[in-house]
Amino acid sequence: MNPDPARLRDLAISDSGFVFDPFTGYTFTVNATGLAILQALKEGLSLDLIVRRLQDSFELEGDEDLARDVDEFCVRLRDQKLAR
Amino acid sequence: MKPRYERPVLVRHGLGGANKFGALPGLRSMKTFEGIPVDELVRQYGSPLFLFSERILRDRYRELKDQLARRFANFTMAWSYKTNYLGAICKVFHQEGAWAEVVSGMELKKALRAGIPGRQILFNGPAKSAADLDLAFREGVRVHFDHLDEILLAEKTASALGIVPEVGIRVNISELPVPTWDRFGFNLESGRALEAVRRIVRRGKLDLRALHAHIGTFIQEPDAYRMAAKALGKFAITLEAEEGVRIDAIDLGGGFASHNTLHAQYLPGEEATPSFGQYVERIAAGFDEAYDGPEPPHLILETGRALVDDAAVLISTVLGNKRLLDGRRAVIVDAGVNILPTAWWYRHEIHPAQDFYGTAEPTVFFGPLCMNIDVVRDRIMFPPLQVGDRIVIGHVGAYNVTQWMQFITDRPNVVMVSSRGEHGLIRRAEDFETLLAQEEIPSWL
Repeated sequence: MNPDPARLRDLAISDSGFVFDPFTGYTFTVNATGLAILQALKEGLSLDLIVRRLQDSFELEGDEDLARDVDEFCVRLRDQKLAR
Repeated sequence: MKPRYERPVLVRHGLGGANKFGALPGLRSMKTFEGIPVDELVRQYGSPLFLFSERILRDRYRELKDQLARRFANFTMAWSYKTNYLGAICKVFHQEGAWAEVVSGMELKKALRAGIPGRQILFNGPAKSAADLDLAFREGVRVHFDHLDEILLAEKTASALGIVPEVGIRVNISELPVPTWDRFGFNLESGRALEAVRRIVRRGKLDLRALHAHIGTFIQEPDAYRMAAKALGKFAITLEAEEGVRIDAIDLGGGFASHNTLHAQYLPGEEATPSFGQYVERIAAGFDEAYDGPEPPHLILETGRALVDDAAVLISTVLGNKRLLDGRRAVIVDAGVNILPTAWWYRHEIHPAQDFYGTAEPTVFFGPLCMNIDVVRDRIMFPPLQVGDRIVIGHVGAYNVTQWMQFITDRPNVVMVSSRGEHGLIRRAEDFETLLAQEEIPSWL
């Protein structure tokens, strides 16, 4: 299940990938792919739509497993208490 | 143009990324070794793969030799076989003029087989059999004794041969700024070394000529060598004055640090390791303090790690990626602690062997063993790696190819690259037949 967009909307996210969590004070860096996924999750997009957006936004070599990458990123968000 | 895709990364900021000593050490891509593409070497010799640079071996030897020549009229460097006794490595150092320092009967035979004259072999270590001593005395090898029972055995062996061989004793010193290795040799301050000397002199079956000390390993405080040189020098002067023993050689062993970084060390080895000049200057100062007038005896050093460690790298290939619960990225590679036991001592330098891009994040490198302890590097900021990518692990020349173990995989090829760009095997990889060759199944099974 996708992370709750409401929780993600509490995060301060800069265009360069700097993330601030006002509840813990922790700060993070995300790369361009992570930033795109975060923005898509905030918008409440489904996994399929997020994968499609990544395909449209980035130059791919063809052997990437985007769905796995998005899944793992969501697990990272939960590990860091950035998502529910 | 769209940006290149890289796997999504989220890194939490922590303290210590930068400090008054500077930023985190930078990574660089190491696509070649001594000018030869790593890919080409791996295609020919496989992965994992140990690579030794003949040039660096010779450069390190000459650097120390030059420093010694500036301060000492009479010195010898002896190659420490236990650090790396591959024939090609020993040959390089012997070509440069090194004697052999051996610590077992096996190593003694290896040095003799390599054609090293007995008088240029020093035999240390705590375990010498009657057969080892018999061989050593017949060949004129100078033996340094570790304990009284060994001296007794040596006296019997020498008497049976009808000779009075020149020998030495190993001394350990308490008053040094490093932990005392009192398990080796006879303690100086407690008087046990003097007792051992008196015993040798009284019985007259051995001709004591040398004092040997090896104050520890990876010694990063050069002044410890000044104190050791001074202590042995003063002891030698005392022995001549009081016991009539003329010590003609003081062997200060090894222990100089390489450019590796210990796990508990703050600064990286590249910055923290003393230069050869610093070590040599301190040894000279110690002799100056002990010998006020008379020429100091022949200085012997048995430097091993500092000569060979920096001359080798281990190439390894990425087998997979995974994410640990604490957030670290884990990378599984095909070289583990079975062939890199020094990973238990050092935070080995690791570099990608190809161009890299993407966000660096805390990464742990695991080897291929089905054991939890198989950690090649537990935390390093590293860019993303794909299956099949290669890494270069630095400063692996000392102890790995002598202490490695054959555990669930074969030991890999070891290659030397020459100063002229040639390369060749210096130890063949083991295979399934190697494994079976030593086994027997008893008839009753």
